[in-house]
Amino acid sequence: MEQNSLLTYLILIPLISSILVLFIKKEQVNFIKYFAVVLSTIAFLLSLVIYFQFDSANSEFQFINKIEWIKGLNIHYHVGIDGMSLLLVLLTTFLTPLTLISSWSSIESKVKEFTFFFLMLEVGMLGVFISLDLFLFYIFWEAMLIPMYFIIGIWGGKERVYAAIKFFIYTMFGSLLMLVAIVWLAVYAIVPLGYFTTNLIELYTIAPQIPMNIQIWMFLAFAFSFAIKVPLFPLHTWLPDAHVQAPTAGSVILAGVLLKMGTYGLLRFNLPLFPEASILAAPYISVLAVIGIIYGALVAMVQTDVKKLVAYSSVSHLGFVVLGIFAMTQESIQGAVIQMINHGLSTGALFLLVGVIYERTHTREISDYGGIAKIVPFFAFALMFASLSSVGLPGLNGFVGEFLILLGSFQSPILNSWWFTVFASSGVIFAAVYLLWMYQRVVFGPVTNQKLFGLKDMNAREIFVLAPIFILIVWLGIYPTTFLKVSDRSTSKVVKMIYNPVKVSPTEIGLNNSSK
Amino acid sequence: MRELIYLTVLLPLIGFLINGIFGSRIKNEKLIGSIGSGVIGISFLIALGAFFETLGLPVDQRQKIVTLFSWMSVGNLDVSFAYQVDQLSLVMALIVTGVGFLIHVYSIGYMHGDKSFWRFFAYLNLFIFAMMNLILADNFVLLFLGWEGVGLCSYLLIGFWYDRKFEKSTTSDAAKKAFVVNRIGDFGFLLGMFLIYMTFGSLNFNEVFSRSVSFNVSTATFGFIALFLFIGATGKSAQIPLFVWLPDAMAGPTPVSALIHAATMVTAGVYMVARTSIIFASAPDILMVVAIIGAFTAFFAATIGIVQNDIKKVLAYSTVSQLGYMFLAMGVGAFSAGIFHVMTHAFFKALLFLGAGSVIHAMHHEQDIQKYGGLKKYMPRTYLTFLIAALAISGIPPLSGFFSKDEILWYSYANGNLFFWILGAGTAMMTAFYMFRLYILTFEGKERFGHDKHPHESPAVMTIPLMILAVLAAIGGFIGIPEIFSGEHGNQFHNFLAPLFKDADRKLATYNMHSHFEEILLMVLSVIFAVGAIMFARYVYLKKPSIAVNTAQKFKGMYNLLWNKYFVDEAYDTAVVNPILQTSRSFLWKIADNKIIDGVVNGSAKIVDVISINIRKLQTGVAQFYALVMVLGIVAAFFWIILSL
Repeated sequence: MEQNSLLTYLILIPLISSILVLFIKKEQVNFIKYFAVVLSTIAFLLSLVIYFQFDSANSEFQFINKIEWIKGLNIHYHVGIDGMSLLLVLLTTFLTPLTLISSWSSIESKVKEFTFFFLMLEVGMLGVFISLDLFLFYIFWEAMLIPMYFIIGIWGGKERVYAAIKFFIYTMFGSLLMLVAIVWLAVYAIVPLGYFTTNLIELYTIAPQIPMNIQIWMFLAFAFSFAIKVPLFPLHTWLPDAHVQAPTAGSVILAGVLLKMGTYGLLRFNLPLFPEASILAAPYISVLAVIGIIYGALVAMVQTDVKKLVAYSSVSHLGFVVLGIFAMTQESIQGAVIQMINHGLSTGALFLLVGVIYERTHTREISDYGGIAKIVPFFAFALMFASLSSVGLPGLNGFVGEFLILLGSFQSPILNSWWFTVFASSGVIFAAVYLLWMYQRVVFGPVTNQKLFGLKDMNAREIFVLAPIFILIVWLGIYPTTFLKVSDRSTSKVVKMIYNPVKVSPTEIGLNNSSK
Repeated sequence: MRELIYLTVLLPLIGFLINGIFGSRIKNEKLIGSIGSGVIGISFLIALGAFFETLGLPVDQRQKIVTLFSWMSVGNLDVSFAYQVDQLSLVMALIVTGVGFLIHVYSIGYMHGDKSFWRFFAYLNLFIFAMMNLILADNFVLLFLGWEGVGLCSYLLIGFWYDRKFEKSTTSDAAKKAFVVNRIGDFGFLLGMFLIYMTFGSLNFNEVFSRSVSFNVSTATFGFIALFLFIGATGKSAQIPLFVWLPDAMAGPTPVSALIHAATMVTAGVYMVARTSIIFASAPDILMVVAIIGAFTAFFAATIGIVQNDIKKVLAYSTVSQLGYMFLAMGVGAFSAGIFHVMTHAFFKALLFLGAGSVIHAMHHEQDIQKYGGLKKYMPRTYLTFLIAALAISGIPPLSGFFSKDEILWYSYANGNLFFWILGAGTAMMTAFYMFRLYILTFEGKERFGHDKHPHESPAVMTIPLMILAVLAAIGGFIGIPEIFSGEHGNQFHNFLAPLFKDADRKLATYNMHSHFEEILLMVLSVIFAVGAIMFARYVYLKKPSIAVNTAQKFKGMYNLLWNKYFVDEAYDTAVVNPILQTSRSFLWKIADNKIIDGVVNGSAKIVDVISINIRKLQTGVAQFYALVMVLGIVAAFFWIILSL
């Protein structure tokens, strides 16, 4: 197979820059900031190059780069992307420079260390989305925890240590089970293939043949790890704490990208590797997803802390994504992929806006606000726009994802019941309640808090960060075709793999030849 | 002109963008107002051109679809930004842009001096943009974009004066309530779309409607689809049980009430039922539900309207009531009669609201009709146009309301039953009564306002739209003269729309032959009721005001019930809103999340902690202890091996 090293360059850019940051004197704060922003922007531009070279008519993995790594165990440095991972790669490289700019003035201490961790975080996230080797995937998956742990633990709020440890242990617990499953899979491959392998593409043909009683355990081990990351109800309680304590940039990346790693994992591993177990588990997981949609919305509604409100809204929004994935129709999975991007944009924007106002007032209590529409009109507009996107107003991005998910899950032959969609759709009502109510209490009404009078409206830097996000919000809402087209082939391939798992023996398709 | 129909959507959007982005810097009210009104005026002319072009075409060529670009294309789903020109969408487009244009012009005067003048016009334009999407869409999803879009504009405009008090709360409470209640309806609409897609494999009107005829679909499925769609309609068009938002929507500026909450947006539900007539006609049970809900809404809203004292509140309940009429028409299968009433109602109700706005403007934002009186000599143009509108809504021939209302009443009897007619005629009588109560207390009789108020006629920019609407309210009914008067030509309006409802009509086929005698008898009766009610209102409020006071005192319970709008809001709060809030706060968040789930998580951490602390005690660091344990271990192992041999 032809090698293409663009993805490797993509991941090397943040990796090398983060190491270089260590060599810059810590007093040169501005230089560090510019350096990181410029290099992460270069990474974004490179990912755009990849996007333009990507062939969306091809359902196979592209830009494959495969280098032997651990010879005895047949483990490779093996990366490549399809449409789904490309969209998430773009989301990652797009959000990273923006969040770096957004924390220009909010991160005051240890800028050097912050920048280092942040770029390392980008390495981890990109690695997760492009790995085609389970072992490599696992390394990135775990590696990404460390910078996030420090970002919450060092630059977070008052309860940052509790939140950081809770985040770490929750996710670590899940991933250990996944590690066991990965090793088991690699060993299982020895019988049909003749060799130990962690190569995802090979395992795609092997794993579906695992007997059902074992397949279900494999499925659960992977699903548990991903469900914690999503987070799926009732494994979500680390999220509000992590979000509230994390600095703005951390929250944006956490909501924008990290949570997507869970849903991406379900789509990339669970469904195609264990199709029969997935079908069996689909109704149960969908029930949890629907509970999450409603539960998250209801709990968001009664929050008094605006950041916690947005955090719980994530539980609700990600519930839609999981429902879309496990409804297993082309419409719903396409919707789920789009919804992952959407949530990154709209919730990312909401966290940025909360950060903007928090930086000025140092309070996140909704009751400390009120009537700021007159004082900071531009902020009021931006918050309205982001809220409407999150509410799923047609014409903006959120609608496209939710609509496709619900439309698909309604017809799903796997779920085979209207009730999932009926209950999930009620989330649409509650979303309007909690966001508009929050908006009303923060922005409308008379000004009650005297301190708010001196509030300054958004500055040029803050507008600059939000503008590209808002443009994408409209773009996705009006012309989602740009993005739907990218993932269309890879999602339909996933659907095919679920319904027609490879039932031929590997000898027939010639996989065994290499080992002889 | 038909292929240019997309401009009627695009121009308002451009107006919105110009005023929305540059408005705060333009500062010149005349320029902002001209841009805002101009784009709607041009849209109206385009729609008019398309209308005349369509009139010249043979019936089977009257539908044209203009596709701009694909929106969502996944699996079987393929929806576009595509606009459909046909008889129904043209009628609606003319109403929306025509009445919309007049209200825009009126707003230049009404909003004069408001610090957010530009924002007002931006929102109004955005509203027209969304509304045009709603009525011109060639598929359900684009219709839904407009459907939610008008809801958003309604939200923004109800809360336009976001720092003002409104009744017991604020305008933003009213705005939020409108949006949320509408969303409950939208929930139904969404489910309807999902079921349509599942049943017919498409969401494009032409495909769905032709498959509704050709596919073999069970009545139950049609029933569910129709029911879901109708839930959507009850939200948008303020019917029982979701009407509660509309009276509160009066918190917005009066031109908004005229445009959105009377003439156009609230009729979207009626339009949608008419558009999907074939689906409703295939579900006769649900059609009956539509008729019953419509008739009851018409009746109950009218009873509330009788006792209200806020000029806009009376008009709001009147709107709910009139919308009920339109659904009654839909329910008995008189689709074109319902659309006809949409049109005449747009004329006279917009006129009533704008007239009310003119009065409120003159009375320095006083809205209590008990503090008006004798205004006709101060504002002759407002007075005269208001009178025409009041006569029109009361159904006095030959004004427009007479024809449309009478047609509905006739069909409610001919296609339905006597019960519907009685509810309808009773509503007509109450309507005439409360409208003239409103009119008399405002314009006739003694002046009941203080000397600090100096009422004056509004400027020409406001009164000219009033006069144009008055002409329309007066003669607008002539395009739909019933067959018994017009003879061989039949009902022109009905004939124009008929091709759209032909499948539905064929499916229903319930039109029983009734004699012309019956038709004329019922018509005469309803006119007598209306005139009687007007005379009675004159007598009570001009000659013997004590009657009203005494009646209110005598039937205090009834009066209280009506005055408090049957306590529906309070009932919803107690039965739905508060329980959800309470459960979410005190159980889901504080107990389920913080105690149970986190308890398990932190608990398992605690257990690990406790175990570790105890195990750690074994690590004493004393070598002799380790040696002892080792020896014991070896001995134990030794015995185990021997025993197992």
